[in-house]
Amino acid sequence: MNSAPALVVDRLTTEFRIDGRWHAAIRDVSFTVGRHETLALVGESGCGKSITALSIMRLVPRANGRIASGRVLLDGRDLVQLDEAELEATRGGAIAMIFQEPMTSLNPVLPIGFQVAETLRYHTKLSAAEARAKALALLEHVKIPSARRRFDDYPHQFSGGMRQRVMIAMALACKPQIVLADEPTTALDVTIQAQVLALLAELKAETGMALIFITHNLGVVASIADRVAVMYAGDIVETAPVTTLFERPMHPYTEALLSSIPRVDRDAGDLKPIAGQVPPITAMPAGCRYADRCPLRIERCATRPPLVALPSDPRHEVRCWVRAGEPGASA
Amino acid sequence: MTAPLLEVSHLVKTFPARSGLLGGDAGTVHALSDVSFSVAPGEAFGLVGESGCGKSTAGRAILRLIEPDSGSVLFKQKDVFAADARRMRALRREMQIVFQDPYSSLNPRRTIGQTLSEPMRVHRLGTPKEIRAKLRAVLAEVGMPADAAEKYPHEFSGGQRQRIGIARALVLEPELIVADEPVSALDVSIQAQILVLLRGLQRRRNLSFVFISHDLGVVRHFCRTVAVMYLGRVVERGPVPAIFDDPLHPYTRALRSASPVPDPKAKVIMMKLEGEVASALAPPSGCHFHPRCPRAMPICKEAYPGWTQVTADRGVACHLFPATA
Repeated sequence: MNSAPALVVDRLTTEFRIDGRWHAAIRDVSFTVGRHETLALVGESGCGKSITALSIMRLVPRANGRIASGRVLLDGRDLVQLDEAELEATRGGAIAMIFQEPMTSLNPVLPIGFQVAETLRYHTKLSAAEARAKALALLEHVKIPSARRRFDDYPHQFSGGMRQRVMIAMALACKPQIVLADEPTTALDVTIQAQVLALLAELKAETGMALIFITHNLGVVASIADRVAVMYAGDIVETAPVTTLFERPMHPYTEALLSSIPRVDRDAGDLKPIAGQVPPITAMPAGCRYADRCPLRIERCATRPPLVALPSDPRHEVRCWVRAGEPGASA
Repeated sequence: MTAPLLEVSHLVKTFPARSGLLGGDAGTVHALSDVSFSVAPGEAFGLVGESGCGKSTAGRAILRLIEPDSGSVLFKQKDVFAADARRMRALRREMQIVFQDPYSSLNPRRTIGQTLSEPMRVHRLGTPKEIRAKLRAVLAEVGMPADAAEKYPHEFSGGQRQRIGIARALVLEPELIVADEPVSALDVSIQAQILVLLRGLQRRRNLSFVFISHDLGVVRHFCRTVAVMYLGRVVERGPVPAIFDDPLHPYTRALRSASPVPDPKAKVIMMKLEGEVASALAPPSGCHFHPRCPRAMPICKEAYPGWTQVTADRGVACHLFPATA
């Protein structure tokens, strides 16, 4: 195994056309995911976390969307430059994705065993019988109870949690080096969510794959991530190892987000909501995108701050004029 | 001891299940079995549980949006299910509902003003001028600008629509609001805004809430008392901090330990709950939770446990806590 990152995303900008004009949904997004690492991409609706994943997978709808600039490097190849045939060999091969709603990503008229086997046959030279046997092993591996008996069942005959296990089996079929999971447990009940998170952690430990886990739920982030990137209005505003992020959030948005979560483990008194709303994609401010909701705003925030590492901790990056200077950063 | 505002006793509701193209009878869904709880004036009472546990059915039965098979609901000592149409209309003024999805619970073709003033017109609460004044006051109370009245639902964000949904419930000055997952569709920062708004209303108006949610964190923040439901039954009930910090029922324990906490050091001790929620069509024999329960005993397959009042204000239905005779 080499120590090169599993995936490098470099200044990725993706735009959508609205009323004839192109607007950036994500802007200059850069991060790396190490081998065996779980990176959580976290943020609220519209922050660009799913668009980031779709851009990496080259699944941005062509009708009104485009990757305007940037690179996505997987094993030295830039996915942004691949043609459709190369992409099809890569997706589901070296890089795979798990979506939030397995009911809409599984084909409702095909048995689930067939769908897992199909992935294998597409990417490998296995015979039909071999693919079938391998698919069954995969379904057993993701702990579908009585997988043999249920191999020819259809998606609607499975519960939400079981469908998500099928999706995970499909994603893992070709031993990808990196898996993107977009809110994979959001539609599930918490006890089922806990089972699926435990399964993902187990499979990750076993296969050594890297994982980009996209979620809005900071509780889930705390329980599975190694490192976190917080997104706001199309920007990464902070990245840090998971413990650092929760103990010492530096960006005012991260800080505010953490204090707006009602917690089950303590009586926290009153919540502190973040006033205002995310600016619409068609009216993004030129400077810091959080400025109009930020209590620490200064004049300089009218120009866009860069994402920079803190002087005290090179693994902790923040996009904020006030906080990036650190010592003496205002509280 | 003040009399409870709402007393729910032994509610039972079953639905016939249909299956196949011709809708053949496929059995009976046991949505609610022997559900009882009471809510004091000004209290926020939480109903928690996972999908299909019956919490929303219970909320709707309180408002008589669903007729239960048996059991009773007393609101200010008056029997809701015995009320005739006229009494029921009066009761509906005092008990209102806020739905999860503000997108689908507001009529897209009516202005917010029309939607909010209709209940006041139906109940003949004042002249058009008084209704307009009330409308402005309620919009201000939920933190919406006065010109919102002229606009349509699609012109608002999810959080604003939920504010409008709350305003709609408030115009009749109810004493009880059944809030069914009112913040589940919202982002956390917006969710916090709505929770703060609801808390303010509760304090100012001494409103009572039946607050239905799958999110234990939200319930901990908002409710004083909570009932945990599993497959149509209340399995544990009591004061919020006690139930979440020291759960007795193995299901409550599992639910609590599976609920993520924003703290990497508090790694969820993923209590391996085996299997999934059984179907309400064929609930397991005895205690419905026994097939998944790490502490199941032979008796759990045989008989549903009775209710054990552990202390004056908390109780549990579990064979681990036998009734002290």
